[in-house]
Amino acid sequence: MRFRAKIVDVACLNHFTRVINTIAKLAKTCTLRLTVDKLYFILTDKVANGGVSMWCELSQGNFFDEFQMEGVAAEYNEIYLELTPENLSRALKTAQNAKTVKIKLTNKHCPCLTVAVELPSLSSSSRIVTHDIPVGVIPRRLWNDFREPSVPDFDVSIYLPVLKTMKSVVERMKNLSNCIMLEANLNGEMNLKIETDLVSVTTHFKGLGNPPWVSEDGSQNSTQDRDPESMAEARIDIRKLLQLLAGQQVNPTKALCNIVSKRIVHFILLHEEVSLQYFIPALA
Amino acid sequence: MGKNLGVNLQDSWVLSLALGGELASHGYSRGAESHFPSCVAGGAGGDRVVSVPSQSFLGVFRSLPSLEKTVEKCLISLNPQASRLVVQLHCKYGVTKTHNLSFQECELLQAVFNKELCTNTLRAPARVLVDAVVHFPVMLAEVTLGVSPAGKVSFRNYLDEDTEPNRTMVTELCLSEDEFQDVQVQQQSHVTFCLKEFRGLLSFAESSNLLLNIHFDSPGRPAIFTLSDPLLEVHLVLATLSDPNSSSQVRSTTLQAQPANGAFPPATPDDDFTGDDIDSFMIAMETTCKEGPGLPSSPTFPQRRPHPGAALESESSAMESDLEGAVPGTPPQKKFRSLFFGSVLTQSQAGTHPGPSQDVLAEDSEGES
Repeated sequence: MRFRAKIVDVACLNHFTRVINTIAKLAKTCTLRLTVDKLYFILTDKVANGGVSMWCELSQGNFFDEFQMEGVAAEYNEIYLELTPENLSRALKTAQNAKTVKIKLTNKHCPCLTVAVELPSLSSSSRIVTHDIPVGVIPRRLWNDFREPSVPDFDVSIYLPVLKTMKSVVERMKNLSNCIMLEANLNGEMNLKIETDLVSVTTHFKGLGNPPWVSEDGSQNSTQDRDPESMAEARIDIRKLLQLLAGQQVNPTKALCNIVSKRIVHFILLHEEVSLQYFIPALA
Repeated sequence: MGKNLGVNLQDSWVLSLALGGELASHGYSRGAESHFPSCVAGGAGGDRVVSVPSQSFLGVFRSLPSLEKTVEKCLISLNPQASRLVVQLHCKYGVTKTHNLSFQECELLQAVFNKELCTNTLRAPARVLVDAVVHFPVMLAEVTLGVSPAGKVSFRNYLDEDTEPNRTMVTELCLSEDEFQDVQVQQQSHVTFCLKEFRGLLSFAESSNLLLNIHFDSPGRPAIFTLSDPLLEVHLVLATLSDPNSSSQVRSTTLQAQPANGAFPPATPDDDFTGDDIDSFMIAMETTCKEGPGLPSSPTFPQRRPHPGAALESESSAMESDLEGAVPGTPPQKKFRSLFFGSVLTQSQAGTHPGPSQDVLAEDSEGES
C-alpha cells in the first residue's frame, strides 16, 4: 500500500483546505477512501453518528499535482483509512502560503498520514513542517460498509434557498427548538417550521425550482404524478441541519435536497470539483 | 542608599522595586498587553518581599494607549499599616488614580541559574520563532526543542504520558541554522518546556522587535530565554522536563513518583506557603549544583548609582525551580515552574542617558547624590 500526493498550486491548496474544513465540521472521524482518480470522505449511518451519513467525492486531478496510489492489492486498487479530519484541517491551516504540500501514507509508530509542508523562509533552505496524523487502515473485508449510498426514492426534490439565508434562519430557530420540520413541494416551495408549546415559527421560501430527475430507465419519474402543491415533510434534528449549513465555506454551484416523507432528507451540494451528499434521518 | 522591596507577583510574575532611588519597576504581562509602565520609587523601606496577585497589579496598567497619553508618573509604595501596596498614577490635569492592592508577606526568593553554564545557545529574531510555533495547536502545553551539531533546530509537540501516541497528531518543524543569528551547539540535545510561557515571551519580544537568546543544556536543566534592549533585559527561566532514561539523571534526585512528566517538588518544608495554591507562588529551591561565582547568594541588586535623566532600572528577584536537590513535600500540580523577571542593565549603562527614542515618562525623583 502506498500513497503519495503533492499540491503545488496555492489556489488548489486553498480549495482543498476548505473542503477539509467542511468535512471536519461534519464528522469527528470519517473514512478516507483513495482510488486512482478520486478521494472520498465517507461517514456511514451508524448509531454513533446519530444516523447521519455523508459521502463526499473529489477528483484528485483537480487538486493534486502528483498523485500516486497503490492499493492493498492489484484487483482491489484502493485504500481505506479511518481518520480524524480535524487533524488534517489543523495541519493545513498554517500551510496556506506553502511552496508545496505533500501528503503521504507512512508507518511511524503506527500508520500515519504525513503532511509535509514546505514553507518559504528567508534562509537558503526552506522550512519544513511535518505533521504525522495517525490513521487506521480499514481492512478489505469491511470495505462493503462504505459503499456509495443510493439516491432514495424521494417524494419531492427541490433546490435549496441561498445557503447563507437558510443558515441564518435555522440558527435562530435552533434557540427555540431541537427539531425542525422541513417540508417542500413540486411547486418550488419550501417551509422550515418549528413548533413548541409557546410558539411556532415558519419561514416560507418560494420560487426555488425543482430539479428534473430522470430515472435510469428513462421513464418518467414517479414524482410527476404527485400533486405539485402537496408537501413532503420530515422532522429532523436542527443541529444536524445547522452543522451542514454552517460547515459550508463556499457557496455551492448547485444545492438541492430530496425528501422522503417522514423518513429521510438527502442533501446534495455540488461544487465544481467536489460533490457532497449528506443524509439526515427523520426523527420518530 | 537603596532599600529593596521585592514584590513577588503571583502566577509567576515577579516585580521588584528598589525604593529610595532611581528605580522603576516593570511588570510584564505574558500576553499581548506587555507594556512598560515607568515608575518612580521614593521613600525608604526595609527589605521585604510581598506577594501581590498579578491580575490586580496588571489591572492597574491595563490600558497601555491611555496610560501613555495620560500618566505622568507612577508611584509605588507600601502601606504596611493597611497591608496595602499602593500604586498611584499621577495623570494629566491633576488627576491621581490610587490603587490599593492587598498583599501577602512572603520570603525573598532568588533565582539560581547561570546562562554561561549552558552548553547550547541559539539566537534569533523573535519573528522567526513566532512563525515556528504558529504551527502548533494553541492549547498545546509543552514543546520539545531539539538541536544537533549539524545545525538543525527542530520544534516538536510533546506528548505526555496521558496522551495516546496512536491517536495524537505529532507536528515537527525543522529550521536550518541560517535562520538564526547564532547557533552554538555542543552536542545533540533536546529540551522540553512550557509552550504557553514561551509564546508569551515571544509575543512580547515580537512586539518590541527583539532578538531572543535561548540558553539550554540537557533535559532537566533549566532553559534560559533572554531578550535585551538598551533599556531592559529580560530573563525567562523555564524548567525543562527531565529525561527519565538519561544517565545524566544522576543529580536529579527529586521526587520521581511520576518521572515521565517531571513533576517538580515544592519548596523546603519551612516555606510559608507549601500548602497554598502552588501555581501562585514561586518556590525557592536548594540547589546542589555549582552555579559558579556569577550569582551571589543574597539578592543580587547592583550598586545604586545616580542616573541623570530618567533611566529606568529595575531589579527583581525570582525563584527558580531546579530539579536538583531532593526535597520532601507534595508535588505541585503544575509540571513546570517558570519565572519571569526584568532587570535592566545598570552598571554598564550607569551615567548614560537613555536613547533619544525612548519615551521618557517619568523622572527620577531624586537628584544626583
